[in-house]
Amino acid sequence: MIKVEGLTKRYARHVAVNNISFEVGKGEIVGFLGKNGAGKTTTMRVLTCFLPPTAGKATVAGFDVLEQSFDVKRNIGYLPETPPLYPEMEVAEYLTFVSKLKNIPSADIKKRVDEVCERTSIADRKSTIIGKLSKGYRQRVGIAQAIIHNPPVLILDEPTSGLDPEQQQQARQLIASLSGDHTIILSTHILSEVEQSCSNVIIINNGEIVAVDSVANLHKRGRSTEMVAVEVAGAPADAVRSKLEEVAGVARVVTRDSKDGTVAFEVEGLENYFLRPELARAIVHSGWNLVELKAVGESLEEIFLELTRSEQKAVEPAAAEGALTK
Amino acid sequence: MRNVLTIARKEIGSYFASPIAYLLMALFGLLTGFVFYSAVAYFVMEGMRSQAMGQGQAMSVNDFVIGPVFSNMSVFGLFLIPLISMRLFAEEKRSGTIELLLTSPLSDWEIVLGKWLGAVTMYLCIIFIAACDIALLFVWGKPDWRPVLAGFLGLILQGACVLAIGTFISTLTKNQIIAGAATFAVCLLLFVLSWVSSYNEAPWAQVVAYCSIMTHFEPFSKGIIDTKDLVFYLSVIFLGLFLTTRSLESLRWRA
Repeated sequence: MIKVEGLTKRYARHVAVNNISFEVGKGEIVGFLGKNGAGKTTTMRVLTCFLPPTAGKATVAGFDVLEQSFDVKRNIGYLPETPPLYPEMEVAEYLTFVSKLKNIPSADIKKRVDEVCERTSIADRKSTIIGKLSKGYRQRVGIAQAIIHNPPVLILDEPTSGLDPEQQQQARQLIASLSGDHTIILSTHILSEVEQSCSNVIIINNGEIVAVDSVANLHKRGRSTEMVAVEVAGAPADAVRSKLEEVAGVARVVTRDSKDGTVAFEVEGLENYFLRPELARAIVHSGWNLVELKAVGESLEEIFLELTRSEQKAVEPAAAEGALTK
Repeated sequence: MRNVLTIARKEIGSYFASPIAYLLMALFGLLTGFVFYSAVAYFVMEGMRSQAMGQGQAMSVNDFVIGPVFSNMSVFGLFLIPLISMRLFAEEKRSGTIELLLTSPLSDWEIVLGKWLGAVTMYLCIIFIAACDIALLFVWGKPDWRPVLAGFLGLILQGACVLAIGTFISTLTKNQIIAGAATFAVCLLLFVLSWVSSYNEAPWAQVVAYCSIMTHFEPFSKGIIDTKDLVFYLSVIFLGLFLTTRSLESLRWRA
């Protein structure tokens, strides 16, 4: 549905997006992940024909963003970072205006407006002036505006920013409910959001893509060995520690903290060992109380930080060399 | 065309949803009301005097009241128009709603034309207030109606033309105050250019004076519709809207 090849966007002073390529299939929800200023918004703006690319090619629903911008615009719904709302208009009036802009036949407009209001749960505020709405409602009117013409492709720039946790949850459910018949790209810097609602992730840093993968794969990518958190009660820390170290396949035991008679450890295993059953058995056999035993997966947060950090490290020496030769 | 009307209707809606429409109508009504009152009072006084002197010569309401009122209205218009046009694009750029317009299946000229038409309609509503004054003359007197129509045509053309320039200036900035101030300066400049011809007969001075909006309004206020003036106004409108479209287009690549 969306295909980007060698896309570069250069502003007067700096390169916002540098030679990125990716593809999004029909019905996928792709999370566009990156720090502020990484180039997420710029890429989205190119895809929505708001900005032309400096170099490279981008097609949406088979149409080129430069050559066939009209067809592209017809096929996308776009929620910019700040929802494009007119504060002096009423919600229904605004959605009617947008419907007309999107060339929805006059006869269908009322029905469509009612439908999206229902879907984004703003039906109770239809005749409220937008300027008086809370941030959460505004964001939802913004989403309503993007889906009103039922576009095959949805581009949502930080759709949950500024919402409270409950509203974020609702917005995510809404987005998830839109998947299937819509192809969705959403940008965010909230990682749990990507884990919850996206099938694939594109991580972008300093205008370059550092990873394109499924969420599941990214989790795997993090680590090949097992990490287990163990909490034991009613035992001296040293004894537990040495016992744990004896278990086959344990590479390292780190004491985390001890309080109220329980001690906590982090156990790192060697490759290809399944540690948890062995650890449990060892502790129980020694007559201690096993309070907690869980696998510590690397969170997406850590993977993300690692990916974006290593990128910077790779860049820095080159920059330093450049400075020297100058 | 449907898109143009959609945008125009939205613009008119937002003028009337804010106090600006009512404020401008009230101010313009007050100013023209005062000018109208002065002109009528002067006319009455002169009429009495000429009767007392025994001169039976008829005085024309058109020359003494309507002409001056139109001239003044055109000057007031120059002050009010920046207030109408300044928000057109500057506001959309600041609030980010321009992204909605530019990512909807609309062409740039549809957006520009719609916004300009909305502003022109707002302007028409304002000068309609002043038309009420002149209508009074028809209730109690018998002025010639043709110069009145010519005067309004001139007023509308002049307004449409300055609004086109104002629309263009509004695309250049995010700041409404800057857009308004710059439009105001251009309006005044276009107004005073006509003064050149009063102290200089050189060809260049003639050209400069020709560019003045006032030069072209005067005939209208006297009831003369000259093709030369029509062409001038229409071409400035076209130029203004053309530049606006270009400037809107350049928003994309200048960024």
